[in-house]
Amino acid sequence: MKNENIIQYIYGIADNALILGQRLSELCGHGPSLETDIALTNMALDLLGQTRSYYQYAAQLSGDGKTEDDIAFLRIERQYKNVLLVEQPNRHFGYVIARQFFYDVFHLFLLQELQHSKDEILSAIAKKAIKEVSYHQRFSSDWIKRLGDGTKESHQKIQEAVDDLWGFTDELFHMTEDDLLAFNSGIGVDLSKIKDAYYQKIKEVLEEATITPPETKWFQKGGKQGIHSEHMGYLLADLQYMQRTYPNMKW
Amino acid sequence: MSCFCEDGNLIFDYLHKRMTIELKQHIDPRLVPILEKISDPEIPVLSIMDMGVVRSARIVDNVVQVKITPTYSGCPAMDVIGDDIIAAFKKENRQATVNLVLSPAWTTDWITPRGRKALEKYGIAAPLDEEADKEALLGNKKIVKCPQCTSTNTKMISQFGSTACKALFKCDDCLEPFDYFKCLK
Repeated sequence: MKNENIIQYIYGIADNALILGQRLSELCGHGPSLETDIALTNMALDLLGQTRSYYQYAAQLSGDGKTEDDIAFLRIERQYKNVLLVEQPNRHFGYVIARQFFYDVFHLFLLQELQHSKDEILSAIAKKAIKEVSYHQRFSSDWIKRLGDGTKESHQKIQEAVDDLWGFTDELFHMTEDDLLAFNSGIGVDLSKIKDAYYQKIKEVLEEATITPPETKWFQKGGKQGIHSEHMGYLLADLQYMQRTYPNMKW
Repeated sequence: MSCFCEDGNLIFDYLHKRMTIELKQHIDPRLVPILEKISDPEIPVLSIMDMGVVRSARIVDNVVQVKITPTYSGCPAMDVIGDDIIAAFKKENRQATVNLVLSPAWTTDWITPRGRKALEKYGIAAPLDEEADKEALLGNKKIVKCPQCTSTNTKMISQFGSTACKALFKCDDCLEPFDYFKCLK
């Protein structure tokens, strides 16, 4: 497998962490309560930390003097390979929790497979991240239950968010060409293998939370090919502003 | 690429921006007194040695080479710790380099017994073992001891605390809030 393909494979994983981390960072100082504010920004920090490890490795593989900052801040929209789910905006707390829950469950399954990668660096990053993401999943699952089984209003709002975001979940399992290449060379994860377990876990938690799993069969895709939703441009403008205005700033 | 070797450390070399696998190295006893004086910037009572973040330290060609590991991937204290190490050795007229070990991943088991005592004295409840930690964080059992009054009549306020490694608790007896250092395995 060529380095260029491994780099693209890494982007497919790391860009999710970067973009979700950015969305969560937007809530720093704006969370609905002090505890949730701290939790969400802690999770953002974990995700950005993981992103750095992935990008440092990708930069090393590229061998053209690129740095983690170039990768994070200086690509154009089409070059980001994150799924549409993670770029969806923080409409209200229900959306923040539903998005997090849908991603955390996937993220943990993904890392549990990635830790067996033949690529020792990806395996090491995954092993470290598993510990962090287990906490994320516990947090978002608990909140799904609290909101779903809470008041009439909280139930209605979390159901609304689950209904709206459900259509983005199938893309998590879409295998791009680079995903297939990575899987065939023992580096990447076979996403179809974790799909059943994913939906089973999601449905278990939703059921406990008295939330009805949507029956929608139509799913939206595109992010993994770089075709993003209308929200992505605004997100990137925020993310990249400092680096483009003051080039070579360091994290 | 070769298979991941359990005995190897995955190192991120800042200077060359490279990740490499190296065999475990020991901490040179001559360097310990200096390393023990450097404290964790977020928990000043704890030295980086007691925290278990120093994974190796040796002298090569008269240069001190230190390898540290992050508690959490995004831990912002790592940069400060790295700078502090370089500054501490500079005071001793020694040149030092610091690299980051990503694997094996840090665990709370690496906090020394002395470190656990220092945490408690500072007002942070030390991590329980994995099973007990789960019970405590899920709210099933009241087992986290309040570092102020030692009561176990405590409950979790927030799973995430002032830093990524801690959860926020409160004591229902002395009514003081306190941090609990989460178990990380």
